Amino acid sequence: MSNPERQNPEGQGVAPDLAMVTALKAGDQSAVVQLYDRYSSVVYAVALRVLGDTGAAEDVLQEVFLQLWRNPAAFDAARGTLGSWLAVIARNRAIDFLRKRKPETDLEDVIVSVSPDLAREADRSRAAEKIRGVIGAMPPPQRSALEMAYFEGLSHSEIAGKTGEPLGTIKTRIRTGLMTLRKAFQT
Amino acid sequence: MSAHEQFADDLALYAVDALAGDDRTALEAHLAGCSACRLELEQLRGDGALLALSTLGPKPPQRARQRLLDAVAKEPRVPVKVAETRARRSWWGVLGWAATAAVIVFAASLWKENAALKQTLASANAQATQNARELEDIRRIAAPIIEPEAQVVTVVAMKAQPQPQGKAFYLRSRGNLVFLATNMPPLPPNKAYELWLIPMQGAPMAAGMFKPDAHGRGTVINPPLPAGAEAKAFAITVENEAGASTPTMPIVMMGAGE
Repeated sequence: MSNPERQNPEGQGVAPDLAMVTALKAGDQSAVVQLYDRYSSVVYAVALRVLGDTGAAEDVLQEVFLQLWRNPAAFDAARGTLGSWLAVIARNRAIDFLRKRKPETDLEDVIVSVSPDLAREADRSRAAEKIRGVIGAMPPPQRSALEMAYFEGLSHSEIAGKTGEPLGTIKTRIRTGLMTLRKAFQT
Repeated sequence: MSAHEQFADDLALYAVDALAGDDRTALEAHLAGCSACRLELEQLRGDGALLALSTLGPKPPQRARQRLLDAVAKEPRVPVKVAETRARRSWWGVLGWAATAAVIVFAASLWKENAALKQTLASANAQATQNARELEDIRRIAAPIIEPEAQVVTVVAMKAQPQPQGKAFYLRSRGNLVFLATNMPPLPPNKAYELWLIPMQGAPMAAGMFKPDAHGRGTVINPPLPAGAEAKAFAITVENEAGASTPTMPIVMMGAGE
């Protein structure tokens, strides 16, 4: 991956995520605190976006970091960055919560490929700003379909029913939206 | 886009958990045998993760941090002291497994060859006797891992629960396969685990059925497989005892070659 936004910054005054995860595996409680301070805002924001309820979002936040504490080996650094992984776990748990169902995805099964490194606050801000710019530039129906699927947990048929659009159109919009995001981080 | 174009839209929906019903079932069946689509799915999930990272909101309340600290304090974890030892053990274990597997697979081949020799080549009696002797030696070596009364101990990190695990030893050139499973969950009546060979191309091939014993152990030895089929992965599903011609989702275990 040649894109510098997807590479791990080394020696930038911030302990690499991987070192924190190694400390977690060794039972170091201070590591979970450091990772909480680093990523709790991301996790909480995702949960709040999905659930729209601060109490429920706080419960998801708690669960995500407790799961990390209990099973740090579930994170595979070769398959994505910790910040992205936690954000996706938060999204999945929040959707489960929304649907009042038991967790459907094991932590080990969550793979997010490679995505922007977020160990530093500046990286997180820059990445979020860029993503929001890309999403904001999407045609509104495409953005809406993508967000209904991702943040409301609706299936494509539910989205089609809600918008009155054909199923095929919804499928294409979601795929095109994801590909647009990919391209933005490949250039 | 390297995955199959006909699945492109459904893969994107699946990546954001928006695919339901028959479309989902059909895609999962395809994913079981298509590494290109699995790779694309990972990419799409990464793309979806960008959406999660776009969210803005207030910081969590301060009490949430203390709540987590309190919860963590109640769940102290013993450092995994055996980690290094376990790593070394697993390395030696791999050697041991590999050697044993090679022995078993070789034994199976010898067995077949032995039978053929007896039937067609009277002059090969001496060789067959030699093979039989070797086979008996090999059986003695293999007995601790394939005999039902053998004691099997899975060594894992302290406080970790043993997980279901399977080891497939496959000799492609001869179509020989030995599969050993441990810690398998019990199954309902009339159900059995079915092993599948996922080839590099084409549909999954049924590679034997097994029902775990009271200790969760199961074995498949030399199921009928065509010689030369290149295995990309092995997978396990739960099927009716009679077996199935195609995997029934979900895949409960899966592993690619090492």
